[in-house]
Amino acid sequence: MSYELRVNPIACDGHGVCAELLPEIIELDPWGYPVLMSAEVPRGLAEHAKRAAAACPVLALALVTHPDG
Amino acid sequence: MSELALAAHPSPELRLPRLLEGISYHDIASLRDHGQRYGPLPLWGTSGRRRPGRLIDVVDASGLTGRGGSGFPTGRKMRSVASGPGSAVVLANGAEGEPASCKDRLLLTRLPHLVLDGITLAAHAVRARTAYLCIHGQETELRDALDDALAQRRAVDLDPVPIQLRGIPARYVASEQTAIVQYLNGGPAKPTFSPPRPHQRGVRGRPTLVNNVETLAHLALIARYGDRWFRGAGLPSAPGSALVTVSGAVRRPGVYEIELGTPAGQVVMMAGGPAERPAALLVGGFFGAWLPARSAWPVPMCHAALKAAGGAMGAGIVVVLPDSSCGLAETARVIRYLADENAGQCGPCMFGLPALADAVADLAYQGGRGRAAERVAAMAGLVDGRGACRHPDGAVQLVRSALRAFETDVRWHDHRGPCPRVSRAPLLPVPGEADWDWA
Repeated sequence: MSYELRVNPIACDGHGVCAELLPEIIELDPWGYPVLMSAEVPRGLAEHAKRAAAACPVLALALVTHPDG
Repeated sequence: MSELALAAHPSPELRLPRLLEGISYHDIASLRDHGQRYGPLPLWGTSGRRRPGRLIDVVDASGLTGRGGSGFPTGRKMRSVASGPGSAVVLANGAEGEPASCKDRLLLTRLPHLVLDGITLAAHAVRARTAYLCIHGQETELRDALDDALAQRRAVDLDPVPIQLRGIPARYVASEQTAIVQYLNGGPAKPTFSPPRPHQRGVRGRPTLVNNVETLAHLALIARYGDRWFRGAGLPSAPGSALVTVSGAVRRPGVYEIELGTPAGQVVMMAGGPAERPAALLVGGFFGAWLPARSAWPVPMCHAALKAAGGAMGAGIVVVLPDSSCGLAETARVIRYLADENAGQCGPCMFGLPALADAVADLAYQGGRGRAAERVAAMAGLVDGRGACRHPDGAVQLVRSALRAFETDVRWHDHRGPCPRVSRAPLLPVPGEADWDWA
């Protein structure tokens, strides 16, 4: 399994919860909207990424799972 | 290609003009004029070599690509729409959003039946049951003319699938394909976050073929004369002709039909040549790029070559910037417009584009402290690729091209302040500035 983060920029309101839960991958721009440093999520951070996606109040962050291969 | 069609209507010998061959500056080509020039609508039969889908093979072989800016292979798009689930929808995009382009308007106002033929042929080929032609809602004169053309066709029962005329809001992002689809579905005329793309799920959830009206006009000729005829102009890698709108400091601004691959400089010469010493060309429109005149001159007008040169073909726009204008001031005006035209949906575009516009305006009109250029580059990096549609990316491409093409001016502005040319009257047509007070 590999994991990929996707932000729906229309849905995102810049709550910033994701950046707090996943600072290793997500930082905020000057207006409070998430910037992904890489879309791909290292295996070790998958659980944190899941939590960040689930915590988004407007469901703008999705963690997409790709089967390996 | 159907030999019958070829025999009945020998393909024109002359390579160009093709689309603009029957154009008149005084009259709209009536259905009768159109029929006399091109013969009847070559709607193909139902089976074998003459089954409707065969036109898709011919379009595929012709190498026709989208003339609205994407440059996507038309045959491939038709094929994926035709193979989608349920009955398809054809959506002809005649809502020309680029302020520096008027080729689509020219086609629709002067040669409407070429476009309408294309819509019906495409609908037949992908087995669509619904067809739309979208134009800007406030263009009532165009609407009346098209209503008239459609009535002429209805009277002789020409289009098996009735073509429905729809007006969409005249905003820059409203003519983006997902925006039109959302508008026809009853939503706002704003881009959506895709996938699914319209060719998968578009109008009322059906596979939707969205094509620029010029693309459909080419299709109407390909259906008559075949793929080999189409390839008789242009490059092997970019076949056919294209309409370009040439403006700025040229002697005869207007819409010209060129073979794809014609060098940009030759296109300028077709428009009467430069009216002043040229400094740069804006190629591709507001989502295109500035190229220094000297290096742009030999660049072939086609997607691949322009992309390699750091530009874009876009909807075929060429604006000549004279030496006496300031490219940075022109860019500042365009970016302000694009910032004002953002759909208000995505945060990075909503807040980032105005910030980028401020930074470019600062470089153009203030500068002098050696920090403005750096701030422009930083802001461009912050908005690039961060919207649901390509609106922010297009603005960034234009800004970055300005930093490259006007490198000397950038240094001057940044360290010494605005150059004397910023006070020259604006060159690029930016909507909504008409009420500026020049006194």
